Amino acid sequence: MTDGRTTTRDDGLELFERMFLIRRFEERASQLRAAGLIPGFLHPCIGQEASAVGVCSALGPDDVLTSTHRGHGHMLARGADPARMYAELFARIEGYNHGKGGSLHMIDVDLGFLGANGIVGAGIPLATGAALQQKRRARGGVAVSFFGDGATNEGAFHESLNLATLWKLPALYVCENNLYGEFTRQDQHQVVKDVAQRAASYGLPGVIVDGNDALAVREVAREAVARARRGDGPTLIETKTYRHRGHFEGDMARYRPKGELEEWLAHDPLDVLSRRLLAEDVASDSDLDEVRAGVERRLDAAVEWATERAHPEPADALEDVYVDAMRGAALR
Amino acid sequence: MTRFSYADGIRQAIAEEMDRDPNVFVIGEDVGAAGGVFGVTKGLFEKYGADRLWDTPISEEAVIGAAIGAALLGARPIAEIMFGDFVTLAMDMIVNQAAKTHYMTGGRLSVPMVVRMVTGTGGSTSAQHSQSLESWFVHAPGLKVVTASSAEDAKGLLKSAIRDPDPVMFFEHKQLYGGRGGPAGDVVEVDPIPFGVGRVWREGTDVTVVTYLKTLEYTMKAVEALAEEGISCEVWDPRTLVPLDREGLRQSLAKTGRLVIAHEAPVRGGFGAEIAAFAAEECFESLRAPIIRVGGTNTPMPYAPVMEGFVVPGPERIANAIRRSVGRPPVVSSN
Repeated sequence: MTDGRTTTRDDGLELFERMFLIRRFEERASQLRAAGLIPGFLHPCIGQEASAVGVCSALGPDDVLTSTHRGHGHMLARGADPARMYAELFARIEGYNHGKGGSLHMIDVDLGFLGANGIVGAGIPLATGAALQQKRRARGGVAVSFFGDGATNEGAFHESLNLATLWKLPALYVCENNLYGEFTRQDQHQVVKDVAQRAASYGLPGVIVDGNDALAVREVAREAVARARRGDGPTLIETKTYRHRGHFEGDMARYRPKGELEEWLAHDPLDVLSRRLLAEDVASDSDLDEVRAGVERRLDAAVEWATERAHPEPADALEDVYVDAMRGAALR
Repeated sequence: MTRFSYADGIRQAIAEEMDRDPNVFVIGEDVGAAGGVFGVTKGLFEKYGADRLWDTPISEEAVIGAAIGAALLGARPIAEIMFGDFVTLAMDMIVNQAAKTHYMTGGRLSVPMVVRMVTGTGGSTSAQHSQSLESWFVHAPGLKVVTASSAEDAKGLLKSAIRDPDPVMFFEHKQLYGGRGGPAGDVVEVDPIPFGVGRVWREGTDVTVVTYLKTLEYTMKAVEALAEEGISCEVWDPRTLVPLDREGLRQSLAKTGRLVIAHEAPVRGGFGAEIAAFAAEECFESLRAPIIRVGGTNTPMPYAPVMEGFVVPGPERIANAIRRSVGRPPVVSSN
């Protein structure tokens, strides 16, 4: 605990609040899906909260992000409204995507959150293009792409890193290595143990960090952001983490070796942070309880609001295919 | 005499749109300093510089992904796929990302990107450098699909494509460029041509022939010969496959009552099928004869010139289809 990454009370509690919000958002979503309120896929990020919050807490308002199928945490870490997220999961008009996207495609344009993505690795080239435009408009903004270990076997990853280094783009490539690509353990889908090694092929720094330690993640993210803003190019950050649940809600994850989950539960990112805050006397148990209670109240209100939102009309399906008025285009 | 090639039209459209809007840039393989494999962007790099023409590695998925990502932040990228066949390497970005972004986000984001593709045969360019893939993109709602058949149309349609708020797949036939390396032609003023407005290349009363790209040239040759046989053809070019000028086609069919569709792409599942279905569903009362499709054989493109000439429909095959449409016997050529 003496690695110098101490923090202030406000900052520490804010990080804890974001992480706890993500945890409880996901746990509630799981229950709401079981209750029949969510018609589609859910890929919970429980266990990976520190990676999302650590990176997003290093960003500024002009920065933009792309995410993955496991994107709720990134979006909440960026500051999205859980009520509108639930409304989208419930497929309501006032959801983030007017009920047209669901979990896999959620966006918040105002926050520069350019979207979750249903295709593994697809957010990587998109963030690369966003970084290109950030560079062109020269306002100091960066683009971040979150993805998992599985995505690093896609061509999109390799093409993008090559392009980004070639053009010194202001980009952060954040690989949340949760040890599994869908149902396949990392050692069964790639020979390299550390995805960060792959940075060497493209000539960018590859940094490994404990992905369950929010302060450690933030530290490497800050360095990478500063490097990008200076015009020195992209960084590949590998956050070593673990998803406590299966690949998607309903996957029992029987493919995991016995005892693995328990080992990682002992290194739960929420506990890592709260233990540090307590050990360093930055915050008290009652501070943390207060934060937890506040999050529960916020999520109660979010679920209630979302549940009361209107459903779309069936024929709303015909809108938003094109930006301009291609009248009736969807029908013919 | 005015010299104004198809390549001139495209180059001028890009230059004029770059002058008009600083958000417009070109991205692709060898598009900058090299001026493009077909010389289409020649001279632009010298004038506009590296921030407007981005030479990329051979990475189609990253090229299109980068164009989309930049478009999400307000850029107006023109991405070039050197040979349209290579678009297969970027299909996820085009079909799963660009085409659906506006829709999936409930209209909150859009992708104002143009993908320029060099399409069709070029003389023994064979199976992986000759394909006509336009109908694939017609089948992905959210994309617009343009086929430019002349220099003027190329310029006017590309201007509209660049200004369009949606992703546009822009097909340029490699045989129409007019040769690589020649001097740039004269600047010809062309206004943006609105999407969804077909062009009547020749008026006629007996048969409507729907065609585009290089096949338009073959069709014009065929119908000139048929005029001497007393068959009057109307040649109609949709110019944009999506959106399609249904009213224009309906009016032509109301006049002629017969329909032949000719394109280089394989007949099976080709755009001709869509035109035929539209005519059968919505213009049935106008039709006096069975609809006939003429297209590439349902084969990959062969290398040998004699086989390539067999696969791609030329003036004779088109003329015979038209003769059949009006109940005349085919004319069998000596070769």
